[in-house]
Amino acid sequence: MVTLLTVLLFFMVVGAIIAVETKDLLSSIICVGAVGFGVSIAFLFLRAPDIAITQVVVEVLVLVILIRATISRDVTAISGDREFFSMTVSIALLLVIFIFGLEVFKSFPQFREPVFTTMSDASTNTYIQRGLIQTGAANLVTSIILDYRAYDTLGEATVLFTAILGALAILRAKARKRTTDSSEGNSDQ
Amino acid sequence: MGQKLTPGDSRSNLYNPQLGMTLIVKTVTRWVKGFIFLFGVYIVLYGHLTPGGGFAGGVIIAGAFILLTLAFGKEAALERMSKTVASEFDSLGALMFLMLAWLGLYFGGPFFVNFIQRNLPGKRFHLFSAGNIPLCNIAIGIKVGTSLFMVFIILSVLRVVVKKGERRMVQMKRRGE
Repeated sequence: MVTLLTVLLFFMVVGAIIAVETKDLLSSIICVGAVGFGVSIAFLFLRAPDIAITQVVVEVLVLVILIRATISRDVTAISGDREFFSMTVSIALLLVIFIFGLEVFKSFPQFREPVFTTMSDASTNTYIQRGLIQTGAANLVTSIILDYRAYDTLGEATVLFTAILGALAILRAKARKRTTDSSEGNSDQ
Repeated sequence: MGQKLTPGDSRSNLYNPQLGMTLIVKTVTRWVKGFIFLFGVYIVLYGHLTPGGGFAGGVIIAGAFILLTLAFGKEAALERMSKTVASEFDSLGALMFLMLAWLGLYFGGPFFVNFIQRNLPGKRFHLFSAGNIPLCNIAIGIKVGTSLFMVFIILSVLRVVVKKGERRMVQMKRRGE
């Protein structure tokens, strides 16, 4: 399974590099989609079906929206060269992040060994032992995101709500009239 | 969803061959759209038993409407769920989720306490179990489904045109014109 994940990771890295480097916007979007589907397959092999379903579904939706947006907008090519300075700065930053990441990975447990097998006081133990009794939900992931960690979900919902609110306010088709004729303006929101 | 539309129907202008994609896509969409919607509802309702949940199911529900928009044009989708209705459902889902959280406070306990499970626990591994987790899933499913459909309508059907420093919105032209 490790080899499979390595191959997938290599595929995703290649796809991401192509997505950044290509001049054609449509092929860039398709490469982003390939990376996303690779991620979802990786989640599936790592036994996280909840995340895999969400990843696939959101990937399809985002891909459709992006392709539709690029095709309808006649913007297909990016032009212009990169600046030397920003290039060096970004490469240096990437190197720093890479070195720190290596240090962090040294403190992780071995691959395929969940953290609750090595640490006895991990909160995962509580979820696995008492999750079904306390919440009654057979799917532990749902019991965590909607019971133990429901505040997180509330925050996510608020973020989504605010984002939609902003998009609706900025991108509406007609501006609302300032005069007393507000009923027509309201019905169009 | 799922209603049969005959050519004599008053809504038959939705099935105008000039609009949308080709006949193949339209026919497949007509067969498949209800199943996609039902699958989304299933993912939402069984979120506490099987993988999935409110977010994934909501996105699938939005996907059914987006398929309708792509195949038949935006009128077909907006007829079934207009932007007003979508924004109302969006707010309804958010309020429902907040209300469930607040009811925990009312029934004696912390914010977001699973008060139904505490007072009358259901049978494990059955549809009616886990207290208010399925209700929260339904609320999030309604919210996510309608709001992502609105995002799609806003981002891809309407478009911003920058012309001579003036920024205005125009309706997207049909393809082939």
